[in-house]
Amino acid sequence: MRKEYETVIGLEVHVELATKTKIFCACPTKFGGAPNAHTCPVCTGMPGALPVLNKQVVEYALAVGLAVNCQVNQCCKFDRKNYFYPDNPQNYQISQLYLPICYDGFVEINTEGGSKKIGIHEVHMEEDAGKLIHDEQGERSLVDFNRSGVPLIEIVSEPDMRSAQEVIAYLEKLRMTIQYLGASDCRLQEGSMRADINLSVREAGAKEMGTRTEMKNLNSFKAIGRAIEGERQRQIDILESGGKVVQETRRWDDHQGISIAMRSKEDAHDYRYFPDPDLPPVEIRDDWLERIRQARPEMREEKRRRYQEEFGLPQYDAEILTSWKKIADVFEETTAICGRPKEVSNWLMVEGMRLLKEKDMDVEGLDFSPENLAALIRLVEKNVINRTVAKAVFEEIFWSDVNPETYVEEHGLKVVNDIDALARVIEKIIAENPQSVRDFKKGKKKAAGFLVGQTMRAMEGKAEPGLVNQLVKEQLSLL
Amino acid sequence: MSILELTAVELGKRIKTGQVTVEEAVQASLDQIKKAEQKVNAFVTVDEEGALRRAEEVQKKINRGELRGPLAGVPAALKDNLCTKGLLTTCCSKILYNFVPSYTAEAVLHLERAGAVILGKTNMDEFAMGSTTETSAYGETRNPWNLDHVPGGSSGGSCAAVAVNECFYALGSDTGGSIRQPSSFCGVTGFKPTYGTVSRYGLIAYGSSLDQIGPVAKDVTDCAAILEAIASYDPKDSTSIRREDNRFTEALVDEVRGLRIGIPRDYFGEGLNPQVRDTILGAADVLRQKGAIVEEFDLSLVEYGVPAYYVIASAEASSNLSRFDGVKYGYRSPSYKDLYSMYKKSRSEGFGPEVKRRIMLGAFVLSSGYYDAYYVKAQKTKALIKRAFDQAFQSFDVILAPASPDTAPRLGQSLRDPIQMYLGDIYTISANLVGLPGLTVPCGTDSSGLPIGMQLIGDCFQEKKLIRAGFAFERSRCYQGPAMAKELEQSTPNPYVGEASSAQGSIWEKGGK
Repeated sequence: MRKEYETVIGLEVHVELATKTKIFCACPTKFGGAPNAHTCPVCTGMPGALPVLNKQVVEYALAVGLAVNCQVNQCCKFDRKNYFYPDNPQNYQISQLYLPICYDGFVEINTEGGSKKIGIHEVHMEEDAGKLIHDEQGERSLVDFNRSGVPLIEIVSEPDMRSAQEVIAYLEKLRMTIQYLGASDCRLQEGSMRADINLSVREAGAKEMGTRTEMKNLNSFKAIGRAIEGERQRQIDILESGGKVVQETRRWDDHQGISIAMRSKEDAHDYRYFPDPDLPPVEIRDDWLERIRQARPEMREEKRRRYQEEFGLPQYDAEILTSWKKIADVFEETTAICGRPKEVSNWLMVEGMRLLKEKDMDVEGLDFSPENLAALIRLVEKNVINRTVAKAVFEEIFWSDVNPETYVEEHGLKVVNDIDALARVIEKIIAENPQSVRDFKKGKKKAAGFLVGQTMRAMEGKAEPGLVNQLVKEQLSLL
Repeated sequence: MSILELTAVELGKRIKTGQVTVEEAVQASLDQIKKAEQKVNAFVTVDEEGALRRAEEVQKKINRGELRGPLAGVPAALKDNLCTKGLLTTCCSKILYNFVPSYTAEAVLHLERAGAVILGKTNMDEFAMGSTTETSAYGETRNPWNLDHVPGGSSGGSCAAVAVNECFYALGSDTGGSIRQPSSFCGVTGFKPTYGTVSRYGLIAYGSSLDQIGPVAKDVTDCAAILEAIASYDPKDSTSIRREDNRFTEALVDEVRGLRIGIPRDYFGEGLNPQVRDTILGAADVLRQKGAIVEEFDLSLVEYGVPAYYVIASAEASSNLSRFDGVKYGYRSPSYKDLYSMYKKSRSEGFGPEVKRRIMLGAFVLSSGYYDAYYVKAQKTKALIKRAFDQAFQSFDVILAPASPDTAPRLGQSLRDPIQMYLGDIYTISANLVGLPGLTVPCGTDSSGLPIGMQLIGDCFQEKKLIRAGFAFERSRCYQGPAMAKELEQSTPNPYVGEASSAQGSIWEKGGK
């Protein structure tokens, strides 16, 4: 009989910070641009160039560290991690090993079994590497240093997670926290948030940890879920067949649903860490720390409460809207323009969420303007368009950020409010559907609905359904 | 007195008053370079065309009153580890044989703003690793006082060039004595300022926590004026220090009454050439006669300096030099199989033996399992040495010491025994470990006529005390360069026909090929 196993998981999460410039030079961090367009002697490792720390990186790292309840090393240092690879122009990465900026914190997650604390071992700052581009013909490799020196924080958890659900809850919590702080957009697909999973299994009740593996290349929550299940099963199978798990780094191939060994502990690098002599210790004085604490933006719980109190939204709405900083932002901006918070909430929660889910889209990808949503709400309010048309227009706004006024105008979607014209159409519909009229007279109220539907169809949706309903009933009663 | 015999500041004055034009000064230097190079090999790159063009430009600015400083129009040379935009910068290594920087080092920019005319780049030990300028990939520099001897190192090219009047002053860099020791061997004045005083931006790093740029010149006045020009807080160098007191020329006063000078007994014991000892103690007497209070004391921990230094410097070097990999710039092996063989062959072929030795030593002391035993222990030793100096500076304003245990050794003598060569740094490295300023001032010669320099060490930011002591001392004697300087100047022109080919036009490069 198979034994019971417990899965033990710890995470190393890299988050790309939302600074405008790189961590050690003034080059922009923005995406795009020709290869090596955003580089200088510092981020290309030219001889004689020296790093200068971007203060904003420290502030974001502190904000995140404090939000995950960490202690702060008020005198932290940068260390050099030495290894040769062409995407790393200096052949060392400036990171933090001995005195990371934040340590010993936790985040609280909600699981099926109630709330649980996941320990944070440390949060440290480091620089990203460049990108290698392998020539199609395989003749040569090229290197683009645009990403070299982009600031990252690495958040290292304790091995406190026991299931994929807990891991995802932890990542969701981290992501939400960091997005609320404005420290990063945390997009997994784009790589601005990357999680490496350290996983081991042990017999239920065992005290000793099993041998762990590290899994890389996970770029969606779904992939993470599958990778955890796959790796757990792989390790159990090895143990069950009397084998031993090898400590190694593995790469998850989500396409095939398997992982491939990258390197074992034996070929692990000796990184020869030592304090970077080019960067003096970072002194974080009490007043600076206090300023960071004071500058903390409104976090999710506060926002949720405020939405209920200030906007009178139901708890359910407030929960959903605040579960993504991006959605909350759109909600607030739209409400600021057109008021009607419940109406705004409805559009976002019902139609917005539906479209996101349908297309399996990342919320961070939302980029329509609140002005257009507000304009749409006004059009409905003023009865310029009816709800059915409005839904279609919303979809256009959602995908292409169209101006609803122009769109409605150009596509002739305005409600026809000319009662005489409408009455003529209804007369025609009634004349064409004698059976329905007979049914109505026999007491089948549904028949009226059919006639309303036919009228709406004839009007191509551009009539106000209430008005049509009223007119149909009036005409039927006259017969 | 000929132009070449002038000090930098004297020449600057004559240029300002119109007695000498910038072009005349530059041309005189270039002529001397043409005559001296085959013997001395102090330069690796001479930018004749650039210097003449620049001379014209600087002269115009002087005429218009835009350049008024003491160094305006004075020709200078730069150690080849200082980046110069558009001008070959090799660190005298094969691995950077073709490296032309896209930017100029901050200290050099300051010199340019002061109106300096850069003649070219001077020879050095490869990546500043060495004490003789013999580890250069472009041939050793010879000591103008005696061509069978080394000029010292690693700034041997800068010191020899100044000594033989190829330039009026030069910049060097000092990681463990690389300005002060060759200045002593070449009979010139060299100044390593407090760590953080001169920006390291654009100085190709050897040991980042120890490296400091400083002037090499004919006297203390020149050194003070040059340091004043290059000292500045630089936001591009995080180890740069904002100082208010960098009007160094203010300290050029001939007054040492009451100045407390300490002579560490531990520096004058075994291993010190008696002629060097006597000459330096003689210099101490001169200062005593001028009213300084000179006392002996025990510094302690002296023997731990060399091991601590070589652990820290090598550790930093092993990491600093890892960027030279054949990927982005510099030498790449012509044949390799894959990425790792490219790394391995490029670095094996590109670095010389002394550099490799220090990279390996550094990688070893940082490797897991040895880090605490070596690197951490060396850092602790450094802290203890700092404490010993802090204590000394409670009693003394200045410490007077030799710059080297001996005068310049013969060519080839030092490299045979690297440990012995490392031990030769014993009097200079503590200043680097603690970040202290150190000034070498010529104070005599040995029986064979080789120069001896004394070293003045001050507490951090106390350069002015060193300048005062050095200035007062040199007032007691007059500067004397090597006989060769004058002989060459008076000899008939000897157009340079070294390794440079005519195809390279008027930039002579010994690297670059």
